Amino acid sequence: MATMPASASDLLKSFKLKTKQQELLIRVSILCLVYILAFITRLFSVLRYESMIHEFDPYFNYRTTLYLTENGFYDFWNWFDYESWYPLGRIVGGTLYPGLMVTAVLIYRILRFLRFAVHIREVCVLTAPFFASNTTLVAYFFGKEIWDSGAGLVAAILIAICPGYISRSVAGSYDNEGVAIFALLFTFYVFVKAVNTGSLAWSLASAFGYFYMVSAWGGYVFIINLIPLYVLVLLITGRYSMRLYVAYNCMYILGMLLAMQIRFVGFQHVQSGEHMAVMGVFFLMQVFYFLDWVKHMLSDTKLFQAFLRITVTCAVAVGGIALGLGMVSGYISPWTGRFYSLLDPTYAKDHIPIIASVSEHQPTAWSSFMFDFHILLFLFPAGLYFCFKRLSDATIFIVMYGLTSMYFAGVMVRLILVATPAVCLISAIAVSATVKNLTVLLRSKNKVVQTGSTKGSGGSKSSSKALLDQSQPFQKNGAIALLFGAFYLLSRYATHCTWVTSEAYSSPSIVLAARGAHGNRVIFDDYREAYFWLRQNTPQDAKVMSWWDYGYQITAMGNRTVIVDNNTWNNTHIATVGRAMSSYEDEAIEIIRSLDVDYVLVVFGGVTGYSSDDINKFLWMVRIGGGVFPVIKEPDYLVNGEYRVDKGAAPKMLNCLMYKLCYYRFGEMLTEYGKPPGYDRARGVEIGNKDVKLEHLEEAFTTSNWIVRIYRVKPPNNRCPHNVETPVVTHLGDVFPNGSNIHGQSGTCNPQNLGVCLDLLGLVDVNLGNAPTKPCCSLIEGLVDLEGAVCLCTAVRANVLGIHINLSISLSLLLRNCERKVATEYICGP
Amino acid sequence: MEAPIRAREALGFILFSLLFSICRSSSLNHLLISNAERRIDLSSHIVKVFLTLKVENAGSTPTSEVLLSFPPTQADHLATVEALVTKGKRKKTTLVRLDVKPTELPDAPNDAKYFTIYLANPLKSGESTTIEVLYLLTHSQEPFPAEIAQSESQLVYYRDSALILSPYHIKQQATFIKTPSTKVESFTRVEPSNRAGTEIKYGPYEDHPPYSFSPILIHFENNSPFAVVEELVREVEISHWGNLQVTEQYTLVHAGARHKGVFSRVDYQSRPTLNGASSLRYLLARLPPRVHSVYYRDEIGNISSSHLRTDSRKSELEIEPRYPLFGGWKATFVIGYGLPLQDFLFETSDDRRYLNFTFGCPLLETVVDKLTVKVVLPEGSKDPSAVVPFPVEQHLETKYSYLDVVGRTVVVMEKKNLVPAHNSHFQVYYTFKPIFMLAEPLMLASAFFLFFVACVAYLHIDLSIRK
Repeated sequence: MATMPASASDLLKSFKLKTKQQELLIRVSILCLVYILAFITRLFSVLRYESMIHEFDPYFNYRTTLYLTENGFYDFWNWFDYESWYPLGRIVGGTLYPGLMVTAVLIYRILRFLRFAVHIREVCVLTAPFFASNTTLVAYFFGKEIWDSGAGLVAAILIAICPGYISRSVAGSYDNEGVAIFALLFTFYVFVKAVNTGSLAWSLASAFGYFYMVSAWGGYVFIINLIPLYVLVLLITGRYSMRLYVAYNCMYILGMLLAMQIRFVGFQHVQSGEHMAVMGVFFLMQVFYFLDWVKHMLSDTKLFQAFLRITVTCAVAVGGIALGLGMVSGYISPWTGRFYSLLDPTYAKDHIPIIASVSEHQPTAWSSFMFDFHILLFLFPAGLYFCFKRLSDATIFIVMYGLTSMYFAGVMVRLILVATPAVCLISAIAVSATVKNLTVLLRSKNKVVQTGSTKGSGGSKSSSKALLDQSQPFQKNGAIALLFGAFYLLSRYATHCTWVTSEAYSSPSIVLAARGAHGNRVIFDDYREAYFWLRQNTPQDAKVMSWWDYGYQITAMGNRTVIVDNNTWNNTHIATVGRAMSSYEDEAIEIIRSLDVDYVLVVFGGVTGYSSDDINKFLWMVRIGGGVFPVIKEPDYLVNGEYRVDKGAAPKMLNCLMYKLCYYRFGEMLTEYGKPPGYDRARGVEIGNKDVKLEHLEEAFTTSNWIVRIYRVKPPNNRCPHNVETPVVTHLGDVFPNGSNIHGQSGTCNPQNLGVCLDLLGLVDVNLGNAPTKPCCSLIEGLVDLEGAVCLCTAVRANVLGIHINLSISLSLLLRNCERKVATEYICGP
Repeated sequence: MEAPIRAREALGFILFSLLFSICRSSSLNHLLISNAERRIDLSSHIVKVFLTLKVENAGSTPTSEVLLSFPPTQADHLATVEALVTKGKRKKTTLVRLDVKPTELPDAPNDAKYFTIYLANPLKSGESTTIEVLYLLTHSQEPFPAEIAQSESQLVYYRDSALILSPYHIKQQATFIKTPSTKVESFTRVEPSNRAGTEIKYGPYEDHPPYSFSPILIHFENNSPFAVVEELVREVEISHWGNLQVTEQYTLVHAGARHKGVFSRVDYQSRPTLNGASSLRYLLARLPPRVHSVYYRDEIGNISSSHLRTDSRKSELEIEPRYPLFGGWKATFVIGYGLPLQDFLFETSDDRRYLNFTFGCPLLETVVDKLTVKVVLPEGSKDPSAVVPFPVEQHLETKYSYLDVVGRTVVVMEKKNLVPAHNSHFQVYYTFKPIFMLAEPLMLASAFFLFFVACVAYLHIDLSIRK
């Protein structure tokens, strides 16, 4: 063990490197390794499954990226998508954050320019890991800025493998967050750097970082509220400085102007309530600057105090009046529901079921904090302690970022992601500071032992020295033990992160994997089976109705028009679909017809035991549908407040469209050995309504494991009242293929009309030659001899009129009557 | 009794031939077919017809050309015509392949199409020879009813003539038609004709003049899936570093009776023989031996249902489409694989290289409507030329792949209406200097070198304005 470092240092010495260069070399190589580590740890999903896009939203991003590569930026910007939200459509260019797509296409173009023949899909799949790697670099520099380079390195390592971040940045998770976290951290870092240096260049950079963030993710609202809050805290704590003034003003003005270029954001920076704090602080800064100037000009402190009081009161009053006027006149829009639900976790549950229905919008459980942060959760307070111990502009920022984002992470599961960089940085400070203190302790001990005699000449008191000497062995051992403990914890962290990444966050959720009976891996690829079927075997303009979760996937993979999708901008439209799903079939068919739907798609896990299917989501459909249409009442679907699908289920539940579509012909199916047919494995019950009859819909396709079932909407019945029976013969009006068209004739075979001939055939037997053959002959006139015979034959076999005819009669007799040349004798098959 | 008949026949024949010799080639007039036997195999959707003709030269001049004629509708669906002749005596017989070429004849009756067989040795007067002709027809079985439900079986029509269409007089002929099962709905009777088991026999018919035609129609059950590849693009990329990368893009369709109404998974899973009997469940691709890195995917990702079996002589890839294909359903997919280069690339004596590869589609029992073979030659190769055993359309393209500067030459060959019988070898010749192999590694190395030089320079140069 001891020879290894020695030889390494020998090696370094042989290169004749100075200590500083050695340090640089080590730092750069560690950073490179971390950079690579951050990338490869996110490739589990590619190795386990394949290079594919994951989940739901990424499919929309992928589809838009494809559109961007094929049609160019101008078309993309003006894209009106007819394939979603039928019949409303969606203005895609104006309702998305284009940062991610533009980034991916830019990378794609660069690679193409360098003659790397990559497919855009590969670029999309690897965008998130690539940006995660870049985030580690930013974390290093950020750590260096707020503490020292050691903390920076630790922060880089921690963030490289932190599950909270990996959950949104594995390969294939082509979502806004993938690049947004990089943009967020970069903006913060550059802003802190600008505040520390007062440099216009850095604050310009932070404005551009902010612009990138705005273009990439709606989470930019966090930046635009955290920065003014931070500035406000600095102002209150008396840390106002010229550096802060320069950094904030430049960043705000430029950042705001740049952000307005994004169509989806537009004038929100001056019009929306969520963006008002930053403007208020901007004016406050001007007031501060003005006061500073006045203070500089006035020498009298008493006068200044009075002036200060008046100015501050006036400023606050003017600001308040302006805000109030803006609110009242409607110029400034009030806060959105999503923003409210951030401040009040119970808000969404009561007011916006559509937000509450998404699992990642639920309040965070403690276990998921532990799962995503592991030891960082304990290091976080320690890091805060260190930060408070060495308070500076930079550490105040990171403390505020950590505390606010931790709060938001507690409100919504998905916001753990925003908290992760802060938690990693603060924990890195804790780790770095502790380890540094411990090693310093160890080193100084060595020095004391080695140069004990020389230290005696120092100014320290002999008594204290004795005390130090006494506690030496204990302290040294303690330090070693603590160091080992720290390394143990960190190694546990590394194993935990890798385990979480490989087990929990690397599943694409399009392809489902399970363990088979013999421990082998079973793959359920039903989603793609269904989407590909839609893509290939339905009309190009077919409209598919499904719950909104699958909208993006159907448009991206199935290439078909959907009624609703994951961009939940129109609650009424979603509620209409929810209402259709929770109504009886004959009520639902009205809605379905009014929406011009051709196919209805449901996801059903009863055969495989896949639990996130439509039956389990059904209550949300009822709630969202009921929120708009009071006809739908949630208690109708529950029995004593309990949600059931078995015999004890509510009658409305057992007969609603969703139940019927999911369980159609499921009652005949044996799913598990030793269980009755129709045993639902996802819910572990035998279903209550096994005899499901569909009237207006028919099964069009069911995937091999039944996970996706697609139904075709039948055309309305013919209104003609006496057409009770549908004809047995199906090939009415089939044009006879004029194959061996030697005689150059062709005609149409319509066996239903040939009833006349059949009558004749009955007669021929009795009275040959005298039968009135004209009407029959005219029917088969257009046909070639042979085909006339075949047509008759088919008509006879189909038995159009229910007459039983002796088939031994040779048709040639009839044909001869029609003055046809009968060169051949034709025999009808049995 | 026989002599006068023959004399009359001969007389009639001479008159007839005189009539035709004004505008027709001389080979028509003095040949006659003394015995013809035709066997039509309808067991799959590719119709295989074996024709045995005993040709006799009744004229005075030796001839080496024998004409085959087809009705125009059949000619459109004709995928390949082969003619063989048996050589040698008794047990030491060998089959020799003969040249067959499409021929245009003026004023052919009813637009009949012709193929000329060129005999190896001219047929002298009074001599006779036996020619075996094999031709394959695609898209010749017409589903009727054109739409069937899941539980119904697929019924098809086959149209032909009870008599062999020929520009020659046929003395005696018989036709045997083999159906896939005993279930025959109906068939045209042309006496003498009878059916036994899976075989329908027409004939023997005696003494039919040229261009005799008697249309027949057979309506029978054929549950074999009608796998038709509407378009197939095969790209063969040569890398002189030792790999041959093949990428095949398929557009597959089930060309049988269209599926109608419900697709019920319960029925399909529980009673597979009764339900969806004609559905296409899987396909078998025969790949060359020593194949590696096989993938099977489509636009939306990998398709997990495929199995590869390899042994020293061949590799078999069994692929299942994402869903069973019913009539009229489509699926597109891509199969790709790598092959060791030394099995397929050879050098000629004059320092040229050539690729020797199979032309057709590796899937068994499929018809390919349109096939495009693209051979991507390595960057820097010159003078490409392709040698294909049958006529194809050819042109050149340029493709840019990894780190290409001038692009790679692509030899593109296109052919329509292919059957597995077209899986013969073709060759692409080109010249290539091995030094070009080093171009890309050198380029990469120099790029990295420049990058490091730039880094070193950056670290040593002070760019700040302030001093």
